[in-house]
This record gives sequence, C-alpha cells and structure tokens, in this order.
Amino acid sequence: MVLWVVLALFALAGVAGFVHRVAPRQSGWLLAVYPACIAAYVLATASDAMPLREYREWMPALGLNLSFFVDGLSRLFVLLVCGIGAVVVVYAGAYLSGHPHLGRLYVLLLLFMASMLGIVVSDNLLLLFVFWELTSISSYLLIGFNHDRAESRAAALQALLVTGGGGLALLAGILLLGIAGGSLEISTLLTRGAEVRAHPLYPAALTLVLVGAFTKSAQVPFHFWLPGAMAAPTPVSAYLHSSTMVKAGVFLLARLAPVLGGTVGWLAAVTSVGAVTMLAGAWLAFRSRELKRLLAYSTVSALGVMTLLLGLDSQPAAVAAVVFLLAHALYKGALFLVVGTVDHETGERDIRRLGGLGRAMPITAAAAVLAALSMAGVPPLVGFVGKELALEAVRGTTMAGLVVFAMVVLTGALLVAAAGMVASPFFGPRPAGLRAAHEGPPALWIGALLLAILGVITALFPKWITTTMLAGAASAVRGEAVVVSLSLWHGWTLALFASVAALFAGVALFHWRDLVRESWGRLPAAATPTGWYAAALAMLTRVAALQTRLLQSGLLRYYMMLTIAMTVALVGGTLVLRHDWLPPGGWRDMRVHEAGLALLMVLAAIGAVQAKSRFAAVAALGAVGYSIALIFAMFGALDLALTQLLVETLTVILLVLVLYNLPAGRGKPRPRIRWRDLGIATSAGALMTALVLATGRPAAQDPISGYFIERSLPDAHGRNVVNVILVDFRAIDTLGEISVLGIAAVGVYALLRLRPRAEAKS
Amino acid sequence: MTSLILRTASGVLQPVLLLYSIFLLVAGHNGPGGGFAGGLVAASAFALHALAHDARSARRALGVHPRTVLAVGLLVAALSGIWGLLAGRAFLTGLWTELPLPGGGYLPIGTPLLFDAGVYLLVLGMVLLIVFPLAEE
Repeated sequence: MVLWVVLALFALAGVAGFVHRVAPRQSGWLLAVYPACIAAYVLATASDAMPLREYREWMPALGLNLSFFVDGLSRLFVLLVCGIGAVVVVYAGAYLSGHPHLGRLYVLLLLFMASMLGIVVSDNLLLLFVFWELTSISSYLLIGFNHDRAESRAAALQALLVTGGGGLALLAGILLLGIAGGSLEISTLLTRGAEVRAHPLYPAALTLVLVGAFTKSAQVPFHFWLPGAMAAPTPVSAYLHSSTMVKAGVFLLARLAPVLGGTVGWLAAVTSVGAVTMLAGAWLAFRSRELKRLLAYSTVSALGVMTLLLGLDSQPAAVAAVVFLLAHALYKGALFLVVGTVDHETGERDIRRLGGLGRAMPITAAAAVLAALSMAGVPPLVGFVGKELALEAVRGTTMAGLVVFAMVVLTGALLVAAAGMVASPFFGPRPAGLRAAHEGPPALWIGALLLAILGVITALFPKWITTTMLAGAASAVRGEAVVVSLSLWHGWTLALFASVAALFAGVALFHWRDLVRESWGRLPAAATPTGWYAAALAMLTRVAALQTRLLQSGLLRYYMMLTIAMTVALVGGTLVLRHDWLPPGGWRDMRVHEAGLALLMVLAAIGAVQAKSRFAAVAALGAVGYSIALIFAMFGALDLALTQLLVETLTVILLVLVLYNLPAGRGKPRPRIRWRDLGIATSAGALMTALVLATGRPAAQDPISGYFIERSLPDAHGRNVVNVILVDFRAIDTLGEISVLGIAAVGVYALLRLRPRAEAKS
Repeated sequence: MTSLILRTASGVLQPVLLLYSIFLLVAGHNGPGGGFAGGLVAASAFALHALAHDARSARRALGVHPRTVLAVGLLVAALSGIWGLLAGRAFLTGLWTELPLPGGGYLPIGTPLLFDAGVYLLVLGMVLLIVFPLAEE
C-alpha cells in the first residue's frame, strides 16, 4: 500500500499541469487535497505502535527492492512533508497566481514532495538513495524556477553540485554499510548495530554517510548553498528549506543513529559539526538584513541544533531533537510564508526598508508574531519547549559539555535577536516609499496562521501529539521505547535560567544590533566556504579549458590520430606485457587464391595512400573492403561477408556524397607530417596483425561458442547461430548497441542540420 | 547528376532490393541475413533512389521522416523485450509459438523476429537520416 501511496503522489505530479489548466483558480486547493489526506491519515493512525513493513522485489540482483518501513520517525516526517506540503501548495497558488509557469511549479513541488515522501518511508537504502537523488534533481529545478535570471541558475547549480556530490558520497557509504551489515534493508540493519560498528569498514561508511547527510542538511562547511537557494520563489523556499529537503540529512542521521551512533567517532564528528553549524548559522542570520536570507541562515542554525542533539546519542537528546524538529518546521514554515506575503504585497525584503505593516496586514502580523516568539523560544510556544529540552540535553559536566552549553545559549540569544528582526516589519513607523500593502486572499495567510497557531496548541496541550507522534519518533531514533512527556514548566532548572538569560541577551542584541554588526568585520571571501566553492568551480573550468585545448583541436585528423595512437599504446602495451608469444605457424596451409587476395588488398591499400584524387582513394578503399568480405566468405562467415559487403557499399555512397561537398585538397602535407602519419599507420597495422596472431591460438578455457552452437536450434529455433546470438542470446547487448547507433545517428543529423544555418549566418 | 540509365535501373532494382531486404530479415534466423543486413539493403534501395533522382523524391518514397523510422525501430526492439517480462520471465527472453501452415507444417514465430524487425527499422532510419541531408546538398 505504501508503494501505491507514493506512486500516486508521483502520478499527481504528472497531472498537476493539466489540473492547473482545467481549473487555474482552484488548482492549489485541489492539488493540496491528496497530500492533506496522507497527513490526516498518518495522524489518525499514528497510535499504531507497530512499524508498517512492505516488501516487493525490484532488482534483487542489485539488492534494490521496493521495500518500505514506516515507524514512528517515518510517520512524523510524513506528517511534516505532506502536511506542510499541502499548506505550501495552497499558498503557491495564491502567491504565483496568474504566473505563466504556475503549472510547472505545481509539478515540481509535487514531484519533490513525492521524492521526499519516498525517502522517509524507504526501507531499502538504495531505494532511499534513488529518492534522495530525486529530491536533489527536483530541488535543482525548483531553485532555478526563475530560469531567466542568472542568479537563480547559479544558485540551482550550486545546490545541485553540493547535494549531488554529497549524494555520491552517500551512495558509497550505503554500499559499505551494506557490506558491513550484510543487508541493505534499514529494518535489518537496525538489529545489527553492534555488528556494523565493530566492522573494519565502519569508519569509512560513517564518514561517507555523514558527508551525504551534512551536505543535504547544509552543515558547515557545506552550509553556503542554502542561502543561495533563496533565489527560488518563496513557496519553494518555505517548503524545501524549512521543513523538508534540508531535513532529509537530519532524517538520515536519526534513521541510522541506532546503527551508526554511539561511538566516539559519531559523537565527535556529529556534535562538533552540529555545534559549529548552529552557532555560525545563528550569527549569519543575525547579520543578515534581507528577510529570506535571515530565515535561511536561521534554518542552518536549527539544523545544526538537530545534528548536535542527534550526535549526543542520549535519550533526552533524542526527545529534544524530535520536539525541536516539529517546533522548527511549524515556526519556520509560518515565517517563510509570512515573509513571502510581505514580499508579495510590498515587493520589499530588506528589513531596513520595512515597517508599520501590522495595521495593514493584521492577520499576517499575528501569524508572524506567534511564529517569531516560537523561534525566539518564548513561552507558551512550542519553540520554548524545544529549546528547554535541547538545553537540558546538552547540559554536561565535562569541559566540552560546558562549551557546547554556552554555544547553545549564545545561539539562543542570537536567534532571539533574529526573531525580533523578522517581526520588525510589522512594527514601528512606516518608511517613506514603501508600497501601500493590504491583506491578501485567504490562501496567502491561512497557511502561516495555521502553522503558527499549531505552535501554540502543541505547547499548551502537548499530550496528544506526544503520544501519537513524538514518542514513536523518539523511540525510533533510540531503537528502544522512550517515554516522552512535555510540559512548559520544568521547575527552577539550570535550563530555565539559561533560557531566560538568552532571552535578555537576545533583546539586548536586538536593541544594539547595528552596533554589534558594525563592530565585527566580514571574513575575506577566500576564507569562506562560498569562496572555496567559487575557487573549486573556477579551477574545474580552467582544467576543462586546458584539457580542451590539448585534446579537442576540432580537426578530424587529430581526433583519428589520438584515438589510434591511444588504442595502439593501451592494447599494444597490454599485449606486450601480458601475452606470451608463440611463433606463428600454418603458412603452408595458405592456398594460391588466398595469397592472391591478400596481395590484392595490399596493392589496393597502397593505391589508396598514393591516389592523387579523393575519389580514387575511396575506390581503392572499397576494393580493400570487398576483398575482406571475400575472405570472410571463403572461411564460411557468410553473415559477416554479407554485412561487410553492404556496409562497404553504403560507406562508398556516403563518402562520395560527402566528398562531393568537400573543398579541393590543399596538396601534399609537409614531409615531417608524412613521416609521423606513416609511423602511426604502421603501428596500428602492426597492432592488428599482432592481435590476429594472438587470438589464433587455442584458448585456455572452453570457448562459449560450442554452447551457443549446441543450444541455438533447440532453445532459440534458429540455425543461424550468429543471428541467434544477436537477437536472442545476447539481445540486451544488441539493444544497447542499436541504442548507441540511434544516438550517434541523431548526433550526426544534428551536425548536418547545424551546418547550413551556420553558413546562412556568416 | 541524374542519368537516364541510373533512373531506369533504379526503378527496377528498388522493389527487388526491398523485397530482398525483407527476405534477409525473415530468413536471417536460419540462413545468412538478419535485421542488420536487411536494414542496410533497404537503406541502399532508398539511397539508390536518392542518387538516381533526388533526395526529395526519395523522402517521398519513404513516406515518413527517417528519424521516425529510427525511433520506431528502437521502440519495437525494446517492446519485444517487454513481452518476456509480461510472461514473468527476464527482459528480452525469446518467446516462441508455432503457427499452423496450410500445408500441414508449422512455422515457428517468436519475439526475436520482432526484435530483429526493430533492428531492421533502426538501421534503415539511421542510414537514411545521414544519407538524405548529404544528398540534398
């Protein structure tokens, strides 16, 4: 059933453009129905304690199966992916209302949603990887939605390169994990954690999987692609970068924590990366003045918090991570939608030029304030609960524990200030020159309001969501039953004091924000990961240019020369090194007419080289080809002879047609070039001779030809073994070859079509 | 560059070549021939037409664009493999059935023939896709 649910979402993506064309006004609401149903279903059935499993073979030889595993963690993510997805689809309909490519956006959004859904319900790791890559590709298309802007294209490419590169690392990690655990099914691996961790491949597998997760979840030093990805339209940003895509990495960490976690390596790598990301993201968010950028960096920070918590690998940390995940999805989704609405109404995203919007847009303002309070971690909102739990979880007695605790408090303070900045457009005086704004249609504010109010409800009445969703998710992360009880009041704990301190420090930071910002200089570009990315990309281009200059002269004769020389070097080298030579024998068996034919071929070849005109050369080459066909026929290879004859005929026709259009030759080349060509030609001829002599020897193993000859008639109803091999025994090879032929023909055709147009231009 | 002799001869040769190409395709399973050779013969029939008359006339004789022939050929070859999948066997497994003939004999017919027909069409389309534009210059 899980398979069909996922496939139906892909199918919905397929027809989304059509739905939009039929009902352009209601399309957003219509398309949101199915994801909303999935979310509702998950909520309704969430109390089932048993994980759902489903198994179908797909490509068992590769270990790739259509197997699904839906436990508490999956359910929480399905709820987020489909619930917030439905909200975003509705919002997108209003936000881009009348946009000529809104239909395309729906297609991409739903495609992305389906891929994300696939990730979180996959049992098979390779299947998960397939969906993982699908999210990379669909997010590439989403980020580059405004493809007429160079900035969008660059951001899309950057996101694709970073997450795609991480994806490759992940694939390698998955394969190593499969070797270490003896299975690619997550549900099986979950029971073999100790075995995997003791395996010699564990460090490599861990590193590779972490690289995959960190790139996807924008952890330092891969965080830079996420703010760049804000070039996408706001609904896309809200969806990809608050609640889903970037959480895929966190999901993977949570999913594999019982398998890979608990070691010193895991603890050190995951917590340190998470802590640094958390603080760096918060600082960069605080420094930003552009609303979407600010939210993007605060997302980076939140992802850092979750990574840090998952790295700690303790029960309170797992609970905190799950609660924080939900809290963040709720408030960040709402804030992105609010920022989009502000942008939609005023055309402005710079907080210095925004203000006083609260009166004009009261509902949006209310949603913004609620969500910002949650982000700041003020009671009674779910963000507060999440922050308390996080502080409680990282509180340690060791030196490292104290440092991390201080970092969390500092991050909290910076995020309080950032939350104040997000809410500031609704307060204060109206800056001059700001467009008159007003509240948009319901679709523009209902989503944000809904998510913001859910943030309050979850905090005030946590029992229901805790028992249905969060407990199951935390248990899945820990691999054991975890009891979760959330409350706003934990007593006079250290976490509460730290929380209050962060709040005051944050208010102070907000008040003196310009002063603090100005007093810290910017890092030089070369020292930031963005700079490294740019340098790496530039280097790649330079290497490509250099290589092109060296190899791609654009002259056919040089390509031929290079290809032949390389073949001679590689094949000839292998032949010399690996082959033990026997003196060739069997000269006496040669008959007179065979010798005559060989002589004819040699003479024709010499004639082709010496010919004055191209036509004469072609004719001479044709003579060589027909002689070869005759030799094939003499030795009983009738099929080869037939094909050779036909190919030879068509080659001559083609050459004649081509030569007809060629300009006259430029006379004989210089002697030095003639000698070089002679050397290459002779070595190629020598190689072919050596190969023929080498293959003439009896093989060490039984050749397969005997089997083919024997089975041809009974198994394949054919007496022509060559043909039976081509169309039956080795049909898949033939299919590959004819595909290549077709592609090559299309390439040639494109070149031929290109030429007259280029001539017409010049 | 058309000559009367070539035009006259091509009128006679073309049907013969096309028939022969079909013969090669069908007989290829038991004797020399096959889809590849058949496709080449068929292509040379149209190439001959293009040389004897002109490419435009040859295109008219073919009726459809060579790239369509090419695509249909690839599709037919791939679809012949689906047959095996539908029967619960591996992709491209050859499936055979015996057609009763009026004389009392049986003609074995199977998906490899369909596959070979795909190869035939692809080769025909491929060659003409290149020959026609060149002949139009």
